[in-house]
Amino acid sequence: MSNSPANAPVNATGIGASVKRREDFRFLTGQGTYTDDINRPNQTHAYILRSPYAHARINGIDTAAALEAPGVVAVFTGKDIAADKVNGLPCGWLIHSKDGSPMVEPPHPPLVLDKVVHVGDQVAVIIAETCEQAKDAAELVMVDYDELPAVTTSPEALKDGAPLVHDQATGNLCYDWHLGDKAATDAAFAKAAHVTKLDLINNRLVPNAMEPRAAIGEFDRATGDYTLWTTSQNPHVIRLLMGAFVLGIPEHKLRVIAPDVGGGFGSKIYHYAEEAIVTWASRKIGRPIKWVAERSESFVSDAHGRDHVTHAELALDADGKFLGLRVQTLANMGAYLSTFAPSIPTYLYATLLAGQYTTPAIYAEVKAVFTHTVPVDAYRGAGRPEACYLIERIVENAARELGIDKTELRRRNFIPPSAMPYDTPVALQYDCGMFEKCLDQALNLIDYKGFPARKAEAKARGKLRGIGLASYIEACGIAPSNVAGALGARAGLYESGEVRFHPTGSVTVFTGSHSHGQSHETTFAQLVSDRFGIPIENVEIVHGDTSKVPFGMGTYGSRSLAVGGSAISKAMDKVVNKAKKIAAHMLEAAETDIVFEQGKFTVAGTDRSLTIGDVALSAYVPHNFPLDELEPGLDEQAFYDPKNFTYPNGTQIAEVEIDPETGVVRIEKFVAVDDFGRVINPMVVEGQVHGGIVQGIGQALMENCVYDPQTGQLLTGSYMDYCMPRADDVPSFIVQYHEEAPCTHNPLGVKGCGEAGAIGGSATVMNAVVDALADLGIKHLDMPATPLRVWRAIQDASVPLAAE
Amino acid sequence: MTSVSLKVNGKSVTREVEGRTLLVQLLRDHLGLTGTHVGCDTSQCGACVVHVDGESIKSCTMLAVQANGLEVTTIEGLAAADGTLHPMQAAFREHHGLQCGYCTPGMVMSAVDLAKSHEHLDEKTVREGLEGNICRCTGYHNIVKAVLAGAEAMRSQPAQAAAE
Repeated sequence: MSNSPANAPVNATGIGASVKRREDFRFLTGQGTYTDDINRPNQTHAYILRSPYAHARINGIDTAAALEAPGVVAVFTGKDIAADKVNGLPCGWLIHSKDGSPMVEPPHPPLVLDKVVHVGDQVAVIIAETCEQAKDAAELVMVDYDELPAVTTSPEALKDGAPLVHDQATGNLCYDWHLGDKAATDAAFAKAAHVTKLDLINNRLVPNAMEPRAAIGEFDRATGDYTLWTTSQNPHVIRLLMGAFVLGIPEHKLRVIAPDVGGGFGSKIYHYAEEAIVTWASRKIGRPIKWVAERSESFVSDAHGRDHVTHAELALDADGKFLGLRVQTLANMGAYLSTFAPSIPTYLYATLLAGQYTTPAIYAEVKAVFTHTVPVDAYRGAGRPEACYLIERIVENAARELGIDKTELRRRNFIPPSAMPYDTPVALQYDCGMFEKCLDQALNLIDYKGFPARKAEAKARGKLRGIGLASYIEACGIAPSNVAGALGARAGLYESGEVRFHPTGSVTVFTGSHSHGQSHETTFAQLVSDRFGIPIENVEIVHGDTSKVPFGMGTYGSRSLAVGGSAISKAMDKVVNKAKKIAAHMLEAAETDIVFEQGKFTVAGTDRSLTIGDVALSAYVPHNFPLDELEPGLDEQAFYDPKNFTYPNGTQIAEVEIDPETGVVRIEKFVAVDDFGRVINPMVVEGQVHGGIVQGIGQALMENCVYDPQTGQLLTGSYMDYCMPRADDVPSFIVQYHEEAPCTHNPLGVKGCGEAGAIGGSATVMNAVVDALADLGIKHLDMPATPLRVWRAIQDASVPLAAE
Repeated sequence: MTSVSLKVNGKSVTREVEGRTLLVQLLRDHLGLTGTHVGCDTSQCGACVVHVDGESIKSCTMLAVQANGLEVTTIEGLAAADGTLHPMQAAFREHHGLQCGYCTPGMVMSAVDLAKSHEHLDEKTVREGLEGNICRCTGYHNIVKAVLAGAEAMRSQPAQAAAE
């Protein structure tokens, strides 16, 4: 199935080949260049003093003693920021409420002025010769706080009398938004034979890329140019947001470099305060400034993910056909609006509530709420895992309530391939998908038919065995720009690509997307090797530097290949078109007679040909060249704005075993069958799926961001407290894909694979856990299904039995 | 300041450090060996694992002065001088055991020690042995494959494995 002969690569480094990664040598030999590995001449070090309180008024900050401490160069507070007219961090997406009013958008100062609103809020920056000196001096900064009451959860924050995070956000409400046809949905429920209801919490997570965030700001007095090195997934977005909105630096005087970046998962999309602080302060002190987060800082300053509280109802007819879905969600925004936060529980969540099903009427209401917690934004999947979790959990429960096999209920409701393109009632048009095919293949892989025997065998050993699945669909490569703009996006959603042929036939490709683990340097080079018929060694991929790469939007939402790869593909089209004209001139033939194949331009039906390298040389040494028609050179650029989202989809199935004595859940088997459209590098795709699945398993069984409800203190602020999945927590996986439904609207036919594992993973595992516990009458457990939570549920469920 | 002398990747070095300076800080900040990474502040993530006198150590849990007189091998010292990868490094490449690369140096150093200290490795032993190394990208699937293959290669290519 995977890498079937029909799709076998034409050459060993072309599309469809599991080319070993070109980035590996430097990473394996300790020669990667992450931001913290960079040191600038005359560099200083910054330490950010953060609020220890969730909510407090600042009466004053005394920096005198800190300024006298050894090695200290400067100490700045919010007053200095305000005096220099530095603006707050902007939000990149405007949502309007049901009543048409714009969302409440409180200021987000890089350093606070007189009030802190979450533990970790930035209070002052201490700049010293060494990191240790800055940290020592921070202890001498005296901040006079009056602690105020805090609120950490959305339901509590909406209650009358709850402490206010921002005075302008009445009732802590950011927006009250809806999507879908309420009347049609009400009518669907009115005629329903059965209604399944479910209350669920999508637990708050901390993304935890292994490289902590870091930034180096540098100002060159000679030229007036600023440079920022930062751990970013999208350096141009940072240049635009920080330069234009926060610091007022024109783009031609600001260079942003995102070098090797150690994972992102969404958390490195956003413009963060520390980037603005080091860039601004580097001019004030006239020296470069480096800031590197400690992990405990990451926990209180990297944007968190998820945190939904939802009530959902599914209406079905007597045959189990879905008639309507009604959803009410409270989405915790945290204390400020992070860059893309408002779009996550709206256009990346509610628009996916049809899932893979023909549900004709859907109505979703979403309230976004401020709390005294770290801001929440996109984390791997971003809205789509929340939608998948809701749909697949409620479908699972509906199947159990109706006594219909869980796979049969899904089959009855799948959108068939014949219905594509399919308009959902929540504003999307799915272009293609073969949902039942993925389900069937996954069922085969896990031997679904043999499950009852395995369950019985487990029972004989005193174990509870369950099987659960999730058939997910996601929307990737968010676009087109004009549609997103009409929905509130304050940015474009295209990607750039430049393909520069050099005179001697090698190629440098500049892409606006960014790799922080996704393997662009390999897979993008495969596209080029495949298209031009040149050795992959002759191709270099450049990304992550605004001074080299055309304006691009970076990497998020599984967009790199679908949008960034398509831009490169368009630029390669332009190269081939121009080269064809040059070749026609050189071969003294009509352009229409020239055929380009396997790196050669040939006069059709003859043996007269030129390699693309010959043509490139002629383009730069244009002695035999059509100078009247064409400019010299072979260097083309394209900006690709997608016509639609792409819709990766698939089915994951997990089989778990629970020890009722301890509540420990063990994943015995996990399979995934995905449709990512055309696959460029199977090895890389499978690796992305593995990683995503483990983030899904992490959410389902281990990870949970916990705040103390009274004080707003983060209780899970280190790896001692926040349970990251480790090698012995997870199994090996069986991962397959099919390529029979390529994306219909981008030139590569690709859909994106970065988030799929995380989108289906948590629902898959929780459906298996609930299946294992169903015989005890347990209908739902909130994540994470820790041993304690599972054991308690078993004990509670067993009480009536014990009383008998 | 205290003077500390040790051998790093086969070379003798002496540096003046503060008493509180960690081994990882000595390696990264004083010796410029930035291949060893820092991913946490609670000795949990394992990104900073190096070998001290042949055993894997989280270099954030050891003071630089404690390494006085000892031999330290970092990820930079693992491949042969001509650039030939150590069998474990080669296995990570072959099996796509790394994505962003940040946990990789610590993961590889732990894996080498794991392979050396076990006659026979199976999946369970590898998973338990890597419990102190967190990876957020790979889901561990390919790391486990890589470590099993790397350990096998170390047994069949003892000469290269001993290059460390």
